[in-house]
Amino acid sequence: MVENRPFLTFLSHLTVIVGLLIIAFPVWMTFVASTHDQDTMLRAPVPIWPGSHLLENYWTVLVKGYENRPGTVPLYVTLTNSMIMALGVAIGKILISIIAAFAIVYFRFPLRMFFFWAIFVTLMLPVEVRIVPTYGVVANLGMLDSYSGLIIPLIASATATFLFRQFFLSVPDELTEAARVDGASPMRFFWDILLPMSRTSIAALFVIQFIYGWNQYLWPLLITTKESFYTVVMGVSRQANVVDAVPSWNLLMAMAMLAALPPVLVVVFMQRQFVRGLVETEK
Amino acid sequence: MEKRVTFNERWLPYLLVAPQIVITLVFFFWPSGQAIWQSVISEDAFGGNTRFVWFDNFTHLFSDPSYFASARLTLVFSFLVASLGLAISLLLAVMADRIIRGASVYKTILVWPYAVAPAVAGVLFGFLFNPSVGVVAWALAAIGLEFNYVINGNQALLLVVFAAVWSQISYNFLFFLAGLQSIPKSLIEAAAIDGAGPGRRFWDIVFPLLSPTGFFLLVINIIYAFFGTFGIVGSLTQGGPGQATNILIWKVYNDGFRGQDLGGSSAQSVVLMVVVISLTFVQFRFIERRVHY
Repeated sequence: MVENRPFLTFLSHLTVIVGLLIIAFPVWMTFVASTHDQDTMLRAPVPIWPGSHLLENYWTVLVKGYENRPGTVPLYVTLTNSMIMALGVAIGKILISIIAAFAIVYFRFPLRMFFFWAIFVTLMLPVEVRIVPTYGVVANLGMLDSYSGLIIPLIASATATFLFRQFFLSVPDELTEAARVDGASPMRFFWDILLPMSRTSIAALFVIQFIYGWNQYLWPLLITTKESFYTVVMGVSRQANVVDAVPSWNLLMAMAMLAALPPVLVVVFMQRQFVRGLVETEK
Repeated sequence: MEKRVTFNERWLPYLLVAPQIVITLVFFFWPSGQAIWQSVISEDAFGGNTRFVWFDNFTHLFSDPSYFASARLTLVFSFLVASLGLAISLLLAVMADRIIRGASVYKTILVWPYAVAPAVAGVLFGFLFNPSVGVVAWALAAIGLEFNYVINGNQALLLVVFAAVWSQISYNFLFFLAGLQSIPKSLIEAAAIDGAGPGRRFWDIVFPLLSPTGFFLLVINIIYAFFGTFGIVGSLTQGGPGQATNILIWKVYNDGFRGQDLGGSSAQSVVLMVVVISLTFVQFRFIERRVHY
């Protein structure tokens, strides 16, 4: 800071702390709710400090699901599905886009610019906008209720290709020249030089795309009808919409905590890559 | 920008772009084309008779008062989400930027809401404001404010706005903070030496220099409010009560999948495509300009 103003510094801390408390409050209440029994959670005002049923509640939702009601699956199933979907989307996007960017940057071939623009326009339309016809296509291909249906339509996006294109363009030409002089084939250059250099971009992209894949809601909601393919985020939301009988808030909130935990852990532990990925993919 | 040094291969580049091009064609161009096609045809309920109807679906859409109500609602909604979200995160970023000790701790705690899925955020807010057990609803009742988003449309909308702002705040915060940290300290020091106080320095130096970031975030937040909030509406209000939170993106889904009105839903899809494409263009133009100065 340019000058010492103790009061202003105090005010800054105060504002940020108040902001943090307000932002963390919903999650705190969710956590608290997930540690009490059902009866406590049905009486207003609900407690604001944790209770003693934490393990019991989490164990119940993980292995039994939401009270064995129809339409509920144990969370270990939906968590596994979400993990497969998130990893599939993240890895799939990185794989197809890094090789596409390699082709577009390092080769001259007819239709190159056409391919470039064909990928480019996909930047513009989120899946929600073209949801009905995309559903139709996936249904025609017989991909409803399958992991490929959950994953493949979502990896058709240009952000990753662009990130890699920008990065490849910044790689010095001398490296390519040296590789060519030494007689390295293009794929050899890709594996031995380009790929190792792209490590940080890949890590940044992975974090962003993992969260994107994990947090999908509409897509899994549409194309899964079998419970064994439900993902955890849509599972929680479904459950929240059907709590009309006697709601088990404690179990529902335990589910919400578990649904949010993996991506939050990824963000907290890979914060550097996360921030980098966020800033770079939005350019 | 082009590479000077390239490889000479005949088939390899096609092989390399093939996976992405195939996926893009099948899951992007084909459905987008179908959306446009379905928006100009009319099908009977059993999919038997298909008739080309020119722009009937659009004229029907634009003469439908419920579509206009939904469009107006979406504008109000995105205005609220963008303005509240930007104001709060700017305040937090400016304050966090002043802090030297413990800044990284604050940052860590502020970034994780981004990782919570909007649909899950909707569930959390639904619980907080639940009319029978929600702790905030209870506290509001204690001071004489009756909050029941299940029956009160305006309150439902407000709640969706809260949840949407909460979900987006880390994103805005990170970009504002990065923008603030890229402002040269020498400018601020010079102003301080000339006797400008913190408030004056903020409005005359920091705010103008931050405006590119602010504009970028404005566009992103509007796009987010239009499309990214689907999960929140889905788990919180499902468009209700009545039509109170039936924003356009929810309406597309609702009319298409629940109402089985394919022509109308496709026409809505096409309108939304036009909206998002124009917003994206605005953003690209702006980014090009930023690169040049």
